[in-house]
Amino acid sequence: MNEFYLIGGMLLVTFGIRYSMFVLAGRFEFPPAVVAALRYVPPAVLTAIIVPALLIPTGNTINLSYTNAYLVGGVAAFAIGWFSQNLLITIVLGMAAFWGWQWLLSGLGPA
Amino acid sequence: MKGCQIKMTQVNAQTQSRLAEFSPLSEFWAGGRDTIPLIVGAIPFGLIYGTLAMGSGLSFWAGMAMSSLVFAGSAQFIAVGLVSAGSGWPLIVLTTFVVNLRHALYSATMAPHVIRLPQRWQIPMAFGLTDETFAVVVNRYNQPDASPHKKWYYLGSMVFMYSNWQLCTFLGLTAGQMIPDAAAWGLDFAMPVTFIGMVIPYLKNRPMWAAVTVSGATALLTYSAPHKLGLMIASLAGIVAGVLVEKLGGETE
Repeated sequence: MNEFYLIGGMLLVTFGIRYSMFVLAGRFEFPPAVVAALRYVPPAVLTAIIVPALLIPTGNTINLSYTNAYLVGGVAAFAIGWFSQNLLITIVLGMAAFWGWQWLLSGLGPA
Repeated sequence: MKGCQIKMTQVNAQTQSRLAEFSPLSEFWAGGRDTIPLIVGAIPFGLIYGTLAMGSGLSFWAGMAMSSLVFAGSAQFIAVGLVSAGSGWPLIVLTTFVVNLRHALYSATMAPHVIRLPQRWQIPMAFGLTDETFAVVVNRYNQPDASPHKKWYYLGSMVFMYSNWQLCTFLGLTAGQMIPDAAAWGLDFAMPVTFIGMVIPYLKNRPMWAAVTVSGATALLTYSAPHKLGLMIASLAGIVAGVLVEKLGGETE
């Protein structure tokens, strides 16, 4: 593994992507329809990361079982966030729910 | 959207009523403070990254340099996984490109706010445009007050996020090796749980629900696409769904 090329390459593509639209936007105006669509960027991107992480935690198959602590923890975190509307509480209690469920499962023997 | 981020940005609403008091320093600290919840979520993520990087066969300096020069959590995670699996650097760089393509959407969203700034601002801003900083800063820019110092808010969020990421990487690379089987603790749940908390404030109308539902479903369907390309397909499908439901339903602002 050539670490220099690896990190140099990752740096170039990551910075290039993040900087790309700053350069392009200076050249021309985004159409209003595009600007309106950009409002959906944060929830759409984040959800596309969340859902597979919860439902396919091993990276192989969809796991809808109660023994999937990622799914149970995620559902719990969503409920906590929905009612508390507080980000810090959601993260802290969501992690606690996940660990708690893992601990319960481990007490039940091999799942 | 106006009533969209009510409670989670109460702090901002308070600062907004004191427009006269906005200063670069107050904006900087506000940006840092509003990023703290996301930092709490990033801590376990950074620790496990460092731990895995050391175990993957990368050198200490490469593991550290990836955090300080690339600064892209999920791409770093995937890269370390590919290093462990014996992939060559060109494939890892290509995968990084695909995984980080979503940041082009962030870049487009922030562009109208930053293009009038000099390059000495734009370049560091682009470098620090992570998922977390984007989510926090975009809310600040969308607030109607005319504070001329919002760039300092951006900088504050970035600097806090960056410092924490370096520290957690260092701890993972060093202390992480002393904890047996640290990677099996489920610390990787920290990222989805943080992102769940970040999505909830958006779920205030039907188009937003359509966007997340379609995005999530598409992410599952396209999961096996090569190089994590499904992430980008799902994001775009979700955005299109949101726009369509907004047009059809007439439920807009």
